[in-house]
Amino acid sequence: MAAGSSAPTASEYIVHHLTHLNSSGAAQKNIIDFSIVNWDTVFYSVLTALLTAWLLQRAARLVSAGVPNRFVGAIESVVEFVHEQARAIVKGDLAYIAPLALTSFVWIFLMNAIDLIPVDLFPRIGELFGIHYMRAVPTADLNGTMALSIVVLASSIYYGIKAKGGGGFMHELFTAPFGAHFLLWPVNFLMQVIEYLAKTVSLGMRLFGNMYAGELVFLLIALLGATVTWWGSGLHFLTGLAWAIFHILIITLQAFIFMMLALVYVGQAFEHH
Amino acid sequence: MTNVALVAIACGLIIGLGALGACVGIGMMGGKYIEGAARQPELMDKLQTKMFLLAGLIDAAFLIGVGIAMMFAFANPFQG
Repeated sequence: MAAGSSAPTASEYIVHHLTHLNSSGAAQKNIIDFSIVNWDTVFYSVLTALLTAWLLQRAARLVSAGVPNRFVGAIESVVEFVHEQARAIVKGDLAYIAPLALTSFVWIFLMNAIDLIPVDLFPRIGELFGIHYMRAVPTADLNGTMALSIVVLASSIYYGIKAKGGGGFMHELFTAPFGAHFLLWPVNFLMQVIEYLAKTVSLGMRLFGNMYAGELVFLLIALLGATVTWWGSGLHFLTGLAWAIFHILIITLQAFIFMMLALVYVGQAFEHH
Repeated sequence: MTNVALVAIACGLIIGLGALGACVGIGMMGGKYIEGAARQPELMDKLQTKMFLLAGLIDAAFLIGVGIAMMFAFANPFQG
């Protein structure tokens, strides 16, 4: 917050909460700047990745032939759900693709769920350690979601080459969707490039848009509480509650959509034109 | 008209037009789902999964627009 004696104005509060903890120390000036790293995104995404790995691994350890306890039962139902979707969509070797889908679902769900934690909590704790800016939700950062989306793109290209062979993949790059005539090669190539690009960008930006908008509405609701009146705080609580309950649905839905689309895009690698 | 006023109008247009498309889309899809569920109640659960997936896809462009509009409202990169 402001180091001086006056409280921040509404827009100062929001701009402060929208600034990342990055390697340049201040808010990013240019829209695209590859020299800056957002350390808060890196930290929280690695933290939730470790949590995901630990949770799933613990459930795997506890699996036994008898009746499962509730935790193992819950994880088992999630795994079964993802496996069913993967089997329906991907007509190929599921050995790595189904775990990829499961990991992306659970990891993205946990990253999104950080949004439900009160907006000021982690930044205040950070202030105690001298960290002045923090954005806790990694998927509300376009860098985070585009990274996930690029991994899906890389997977679909990898499985495309694996399923069709390097030569087959290149052949399809130049002859689908219109035909094998050599005059159509540039057109086909352009269409394929645009298709891959559009799929990747839309996958990343969909998740980012949902989480960014959700976080921003939480910030705006927090401004109601900043009035420190009985009606302001009451409204803060009520609208915050309503939005948080709605956001639980959005979080799960967006993680599910990301997983399904990842399965669909990787599954398309096994389809022959 | 000042720049601030124009940015405000722009944000309103982005969110409003996006909401128009998204709501019409969800309405049509939801109507078809309910019709289908009324004709064949045994397919209701399977179709519900697909319906939620489609709802997320339909809302995608709208929410990307909301994200961009919010960015212009609070952290306008073209300013200064």
